[in-house]
Amino acid sequence: MFSMDLLLGAVVLGVLLGCFYAAVSVGLSVSFGLLDVPHVAHPAFLVLASYGVYQLNESYDIDPLLAGLAITPLFFLFGLLAYRVYYETFERRGSDAGVRGIAFFFGIAFIIEVLIILQFGVDQRSVSATYIGKSWRFGEFRIPIRQLVAFAVALALTVLLAVYLSKTFMGRAIRAVAQDEEALRLMGANPVRIKQFAFGIATAVLGIAGALLIIVAPVEPTLDRAYIGRTFCVVVMAGLGSISGTLIAAIILGVAESIVLTMFGASWAPAISFAMLLGVLAVRPQGLLGR
Amino acid sequence: MNKHRHSIAFWAGVAIFLVAVLSMTQIVRNEYPFFAGYVILQFIALAVAWSILGGYAGYVNFGTNAFFGVGVYTAVGLFKATGAPLVVQIAAAAVIGMLLGFAVGLLTLRMRGIFFSIATIALAIIIETFVMNWRFVGGAAGIQLQRPPVMAPFDSYVKMLFFVQALLAVTAVAIARYIQNSRIGRGLQALRDDELAAECTGVPTLKLKLVACMISGALISAAGAPAAMYLQYADPSSAFNLSYSVSALAMALIGGTAHWIGPVLGAILLGSTQQLLAVTISSEVNVLVLGIMLVLFVVGAPKGIIGLLRPRYRLRAGGKP
Amino acid sequence: MKRRTFLGGAMAVAVVGQGSRALAQQPPIKIGMSMPQTGGLAGGGKASLLGIEIWRDDINAKGGLLGRKVELVVYDDKSSASETPAIYAKLVDVDKVDLLFAPYATVPTAPIMPFVKQRGLLLMGNFSFQVNSKVGHDMWFNNAPWGPADSWAASFLDLAQKAGGKNMALLTADQEFAQNLALTARDVAKQRNIPVVFDQSYPPNTVEFASIIRALKAAKPDIVYVASYPPDSAGILRAVNEIGIGDDVKIFGGGMVGLQFAAVMSNLGSLLNGVVNYNTWLPEPSMYFDGTKEFFEKYTKRAIEAKVDPLGYYLAPFGYAMGQMIEAAVGATKSLDQKGIAKYLRENEHKTIVGPIAFSADGERKETATLQAQFRGVKDKDIEQFRSSGKQVILFPDKLKTGNLIVPFEAARK
Repeated sequence: MFSMDLLLGAVVLGVLLGCFYAAVSVGLSVSFGLLDVPHVAHPAFLVLASYGVYQLNESYDIDPLLAGLAITPLFFLFGLLAYRVYYETFERRGSDAGVRGIAFFFGIAFIIEVLIILQFGVDQRSVSATYIGKSWRFGEFRIPIRQLVAFAVALALTVLLAVYLSKTFMGRAIRAVAQDEEALRLMGANPVRIKQFAFGIATAVLGIAGALLIIVAPVEPTLDRAYIGRTFCVVVMAGLGSISGTLIAAIILGVAESIVLTMFGASWAPAISFAMLLGVLAVRPQGLLGR
Repeated sequence: MNKHRHSIAFWAGVAIFLVAVLSMTQIVRNEYPFFAGYVILQFIALAVAWSILGGYAGYVNFGTNAFFGVGVYTAVGLFKATGAPLVVQIAAAAVIGMLLGFAVGLLTLRMRGIFFSIATIALAIIIETFVMNWRFVGGAAGIQLQRPPVMAPFDSYVKMLFFVQALLAVTAVAIARYIQNSRIGRGLQALRDDELAAECTGVPTLKLKLVACMISGALISAAGAPAAMYLQYADPSSAFNLSYSVSALAMALIGGTAHWIGPVLGAILLGSTQQLLAVTISSEVNVLVLGIMLVLFVVGAPKGIIGLLRPRYRLRAGGKP
Repeated sequence: MKRRTFLGGAMAVAVVGQGSRALAQQPPIKIGMSMPQTGGLAGGGKASLLGIEIWRDDINAKGGLLGRKVELVVYDDKSSASETPAIYAKLVDVDKVDLLFAPYATVPTAPIMPFVKQRGLLLMGNFSFQVNSKVGHDMWFNNAPWGPADSWAASFLDLAQKAGGKNMALLTADQEFAQNLALTARDVAKQRNIPVVFDQSYPPNTVEFASIIRALKAAKPDIVYVASYPPDSAGILRAVNEIGIGDDVKIFGGGMVGLQFAAVMSNLGSLLNGVVNYNTWLPEPSMYFDGTKEFFEKYTKRAIEAKVDPLGYYLAPFGYAMGQMIEAAVGATKSLDQKGIAKYLRENEHKTIVGPIAFSADGERKETATLQAQFRGVKDKDIEQFRSSGKQVILFPDKLKTGNLIVPFEAARK
């Protein structure tokens, strides 16, 4: 059943899907990629943000994207706090942060899951907005508008973050702290403050990403487990801490997934994506655009 | 000399434990303790096996569920194809788990620890997808199995599985203990503390990691193999459940990873708490308790239970991120 | 086998006890079960449990079973197969419950089937699908209306063929229930020489269905049979709405799990229109039996408090019906003897709030009562609309029918 038309459509939809993957992973690219925090609760934070967006949309009829924007300051503060706790318990005491950090964040993720269940119940939730459920026609070809929205927002988010990290003073400081903490300390800056701020940014971004998550598909309390693999896969494949790499890796995964879903046996899609990750790791361990 | 005495004490303890388990299967008539005990013993085996690579070498395996599921489905496939007995199922699962450990290790153990962790997540998803598409073992629809008749001296299959799982747990502990006290263990510990330095001083780091990964993989798969007969049912989403990965990691860390007794204590504590909660509170609060326990232990007892019990381990247990 | 003795003992006590002793001094009758209260099946599990609890309260208000209070012993199985063996061992060997109910759904039920067979225990099934076909336990009775394995696909394809459908596309979730449905659909299609022009399983946690719906559309089917799971059903319908499915399609749906739940229905709103999907109970005139109305009055009140599905059509009344069947069987046999209860259940037809129920030898319904209904005139964002009749018109089975299929799918969506 091969047809050029189908393949082309699959690529277009794959790019859109990939940009969405980039949006949900880009925070992790900062927190895990740059700051070396084994943040397995990242997807749990993401789902929490989706529920925040849902609550605002449901009770005040606020557009999900605006709602996402509205919760970013809260998530920024939440990120500052989370990093503080992590720093005080692990980094300051020195060794062994890796393994125990993972366990710590798993614990946090479980707690978040249960809190969501207690507050919202176990049923899946979704939001309503004018652009959900409609499509943009291009001759015979139709693209869901929610995907276009996700694409545009994700792209803007990633580019903004990349520019922020490379052009602003604070952004450069974050990059510097990732590369050589000691040197920064010698220059009189406080690396912990910078890292805390960076973690805040990484968490704030989740407000928007969470909005996209619930725009693209309904959410349920344990959805985070499905995104642990996906987000870490994107970030590692990208090369740790590379924002542009995150976008590229996410698009590659999105396109691969979409092509497999359309053209080949759909049930093989997850194996293909993750086999690509293993392939990249084997050939180029530092990732596509690794430092 | 001291070491020798320890050894005698250990093997005596093992013998007493196994005799106790065996006589329990002969005396106790109520079957519930065997069902619950099987699960706890399974977690002991998993946590100890995980900790050979994750604890001694500091390489975090996220893919415990991959190895566990491979064990389950090796048993299912073999049983369906040939009707092989339980012992053969377990042995085959161990061999396949070892090969898998070898392959994964070769591919990713050259990299920093965290890449290995991510690779094991990917591995779990890839293998689960394969099993879902493998119609012979039921695919995504799952498969129901009929247990063969039970063998003497046991009067019920669950009691036999309980004893078998006790053997597997003891095997895992004995191997972990051997490694800990051998050159392998010291090498692993050296590479955990500082891999580069270890390599410079002539420790064959890659070879050691590979060996640890293979042994750990073999033990996890072996511990998973009897699950097919325990449940008399297998489906990919249960066999490759992420909770095996999280539990193994959590139990090892809560117990402490510097000594083989740590994962054992962690598994007993967490495993029995979970079993208890399952039949008491029995709601989402169950998950909450696991989360809070994890956070509390990781924050409050960095070296786990053994760190609380015997402060001298605090000196020995170092690690790298 | 010999472990059955304690039940015999319990039975003896019951038989002696029900004669003359004072009611208050008798121990309660314990009914044990596990129920998914966390994990993927929790939404259904909690609603089902509420139905059973309402039955318990009703029967206790009437003076209990055999003059003894009924007590439920319920544990959470986390929607997982690995939890239930230990839970049921505890229920039987430690809690010494008198009767067993199965957990909601197939996966948690499958591992306990050999156990109850070996112990010779009665198990009341709760919406699992063909879980007894390989085990062959003669004391298993499923409360679900599924009936014979192939009747599900057969009824959908009957409707499709009458509407002029000639070839079929099959879109299924790569998960247990959906795969089993797909198996029977392929068989029935083969028997009837309906070519399957598209046959794909999508993996769990698929985020976006636009690409797979495009591929399906390209195959130009006129029957689209979908067997999907809750999170995906919404994604599939959204993608169908956005991408379009083509004017050829006569009938769309069949086995979409999730479209029975209030949260999903109210969220999808008008996207549901035209979809023909299976259901178990609907507020149509043909579906009201003795006690149905009263049940839903109680359910609606308690659902808010319990944070479960506010409509509760899919599972809750069947949980209640399960209790009613036990009530009838224990009442008629005047004992808790499991063999006797099983015999009674097998040989009689039972009046319940979901209609009369009769079992065939494998413990499934003799005849299927699985509804196929078409969504009509559904508006966005309104849960209450689903309480009135006419929103889901029953097309099958004939004796419960409340309307005719509108074809093609595109016309029915308006």
